[in-house]
Amino acid sequence: MTNTILEMRSITKTFPGVKALSDVNLDVREGEIHAICGENGAGKSTLMKVLSGVYPHGTYEGQIFYKGEEQQFRSIRDSEHKGIVIIHQELALVPLLSIAENIFLGNEQAKNGVIDWDETRDGARKLLSMVGLSEDPDTLVTNIGVGKQQLVEIAKALSKQVQLLILDEPTASLSEKDSQALLDLLMEFRKQGITSIIISHKLNEISRIADRVTVIRDGRTIETMENEEITEDRIITSMVGRSLDDRYPNREPKIGETILEVKNWSVYHPQHRDRQVIKNVDITLRKGEVVGIAGLMGSGRTEFAMSLFGKSWGQKITGEVFMHGQKIDTGTVGRAIRNGIAYATEDRKTFGLNLIDHIKNNTTIANLPGVSRWGVIDDLAELDVANDYRKKTNIRSSSVYQAVGNLSGGNQQKVVLSKWLYANPDVLILDEPTRGIDVGAKYEIYTIINQLAAQGKAILVISSEMPELLGITDRLYVMNEGRIVGEMPTSEASQEKIMRSIVRAEGKAS
Amino acid sequence: MTVQTAPTGTPADQTKSQELSFFGAVRANMRDYGLLLALILIMVFFQYFTAGVLFKPVNLTNIILQNSYIIVMALGMLLVIVAGHIDLSVGSVSGFVGALAAMLMVGWRFPPELAFLANPIVAGIICLIVGAAIGAAQGYLIAYHKIPSFIVTLAGMLIFKGLSLAILAGKSVGPFPTEFQLLSAGFIPDVIGPTTLVAASEGVQPLVLHTTTMVIAIVAVVATVFFAIRTRARRKARGYDVEPFSLFVVKNVVIAALVLFFAYMLASYRGLPNVLVVMGILIAFFVFLTKRMTFGRRIYALGGNLKAAALSGIKTERTTFYIFAIMGALAALAGMIYAARLNSATPKAGQGLELDVIAAVFIGGASALGGVGAVAGAVIGAFIMGVMNNGMSIMGVNIDWQQMIKGVVLLAAVFFDLYNKNRSA
Repeated sequence: MTNTILEMRSITKTFPGVKALSDVNLDVREGEIHAICGENGAGKSTLMKVLSGVYPHGTYEGQIFYKGEEQQFRSIRDSEHKGIVIIHQELALVPLLSIAENIFLGNEQAKNGVIDWDETRDGARKLLSMVGLSEDPDTLVTNIGVGKQQLVEIAKALSKQVQLLILDEPTASLSEKDSQALLDLLMEFRKQGITSIIISHKLNEISRIADRVTVIRDGRTIETMENEEITEDRIITSMVGRSLDDRYPNREPKIGETILEVKNWSVYHPQHRDRQVIKNVDITLRKGEVVGIAGLMGSGRTEFAMSLFGKSWGQKITGEVFMHGQKIDTGTVGRAIRNGIAYATEDRKTFGLNLIDHIKNNTTIANLPGVSRWGVIDDLAELDVANDYRKKTNIRSSSVYQAVGNLSGGNQQKVVLSKWLYANPDVLILDEPTRGIDVGAKYEIYTIINQLAAQGKAILVISSEMPELLGITDRLYVMNEGRIVGEMPTSEASQEKIMRSIVRAEGKAS
Repeated sequence: MTVQTAPTGTPADQTKSQELSFFGAVRANMRDYGLLLALILIMVFFQYFTAGVLFKPVNLTNIILQNSYIIVMALGMLLVIVAGHIDLSVGSVSGFVGALAAMLMVGWRFPPELAFLANPIVAGIICLIVGAAIGAAQGYLIAYHKIPSFIVTLAGMLIFKGLSLAILAGKSVGPFPTEFQLLSAGFIPDVIGPTTLVAASEGVQPLVLHTTTMVIAIVAVVATVFFAIRTRARRKARGYDVEPFSLFVVKNVVIAALVLFFAYMLASYRGLPNVLVVMGILIAFFVFLTKRMTFGRRIYALGGNLKAAALSGIKTERTTFYIFAIMGALAALAGMIYAARLNSATPKAGQGLELDVIAAVFIGGASALGGVGAVAGAVIGAFIMGVMNNGMSIMGVNIDWQQMIKGVVLLAAVFFDLYNKNRSA
């Protein structure tokens, strides 16, 4: 019989106007990997913030027992002191400090305020080897990839004598290979008796490594399942409250004539003049068609899309763009938009939205002339537009005056879509349109994509989730190292076939 | 097009159009009303502690004259700060332009064919253009060469401080032609003719009102209320939320009463100062610009998230450039108002004004990170500082204490602002 290391009893947390958690129970056994699943906005992160003391004792109701004692954490320091360390989705590393400095940040290896650098480096090296990272501890964090940064975070947690490690969406921005390594590491930790709580949307990962899974929905605990009970279907059923027979809506494509042609598109890296990142890419999109670009991380898909959209990335851009057979200029974002191209970014918080402003102003910003005359905005017309798109894209908010920063990821993505729908493009490029959003919202976004295609728009979808591309597109391009290395109708495509074109291209290149 | 709800989703909570409750609406707008309330409380406080001097017509007129140049610059600074920048040069630029105005009008001896340059109107226009050009030059470096505004305008501050010393050759230059003095010292003519309420007689102070001033105030109030009612009716007709009727009435009555009260005070002295007319037009225009014009909206968008704004097709560089050009022109206008008020240009004119201007904008609720701020807030912020300066001077508070108290007020204002935001977040 294993011991319970953590028990959270009847946790209720209320924000002004919203009950984020109501009567949530969670128990975690010593030495297990415990997954927490739920849609965005279900309350997972809030629960972890209650646990780690971000929301101090007294701001919530309920009790927390850790190692059999009731805890009243007033800050993160309190919980870390007891060996509970949380690693957030957005990494908390200082980019211009070294790996070693980051690991011991706030916990410096020092005597009387003077840092012992030998101790720091040795300690860092020891911790890095524990997480399987062979980097010089003096390397600046900014110079290593996201996957390795994640490992540095974990090394930092280990330096704090972690006993309960909480990871919030640890693999969201990692490549397949890095995710794999991270999950292996967690299983290694399990052997050493470190307990982990992992929050993730990637159900295949959870069903592989989790010993138990607790599902939260609308701020309530739905169920906790164990071992062989854990299946993707069952988790989904619990998360959404109903079973999802189909994760992708039905699609009946009506494909017409060619709308967009990009010919011989080449782009060089913005900092390294000699590095060609996009190499002679040709693509065509037809009316009513949903086309995907598959590829590994770093294959140049986002760079291609952004360079096409007003030269927003790269330099020495060459190539031609034809819209409805006419050559068009996409040299600035404004001209690209006026010529019928829209690009919804993969990183909505950094590049897509003004988080401190509300839904209305974010919806109309790319097409202000549509609600104004002679530079004067007709505010009622604008309000009508915002409400209209809020309804069309099913944004869940109290009104269009809600700040976008307070919305869940799925609803934020719908605001991004609203903005580009209102700009009324002929060609809509969607870069990772469902990254970090929950199953229900994904379905809604797929539906919107289908409807846009049905209206005769051409949609180009960039996605790292192959099942998604296979589920929603009509045709696929495969990109690798800045080149189109394959093209196939989706009906004939499979994950294996896509991977084969990538591997074949790699073989040729080397 | 409607999105079919996912087989999973919960139905979207449809909000119905409804009137908010009175207190709910008050709380929702606490930030806006709070600032105005603070100004009124400060005025009442000084009215009491200056034994009634603060609200004397002559003193109220003075407060407006003393703060006009701060408010003019605060309008431009609001745009700069909302865009996520800062302009430290405005004090020096205003001083330099004041000096330039003095040299054009009285300092330099022009040959006859260029004598028109000394004409106050021509000189005024030249000054505005020079100010805009200075702002544009700084804006060009900031927008297109991405040099931080803090550095560019810090350099500008030093350069124009030096330039005003240079062109004045270290001396004060004045006095100005009478026409130019009217900018600060003049009052609008009473075209209708005075109204005598209490005639002069033994032991009774006469009370004569500047009728034109009262008429303008009444017209302004009627127009404002008319537009407020129309906007409310339109919103309601389209089924949108409106504030409760009781609050709507209270708000409009209070604002109308305040405006009429101040107009009455001004009318019982010498009427509307010219500079208040200029200020009023500028304030109205900037409120419109920030709330209703696409240019204003784009400033908020780029201040809130520069990258997202650029990827939405906003010409972020050009917008930033224009903002600084506008700031330069306003600094020039402020410099002329200041010089006209002193009736001479001095090498020290304008120094340190940038700090008062920036303080006014921050007291008014703008965010140092950009993307947040309102014209009304900046104006009220400027008046809060102005009334405190005036009240403390009348009370005979030493200048050292005045500085400290102003510093504390700035801190307190920003502190409460952030405190409220964090609590509501």
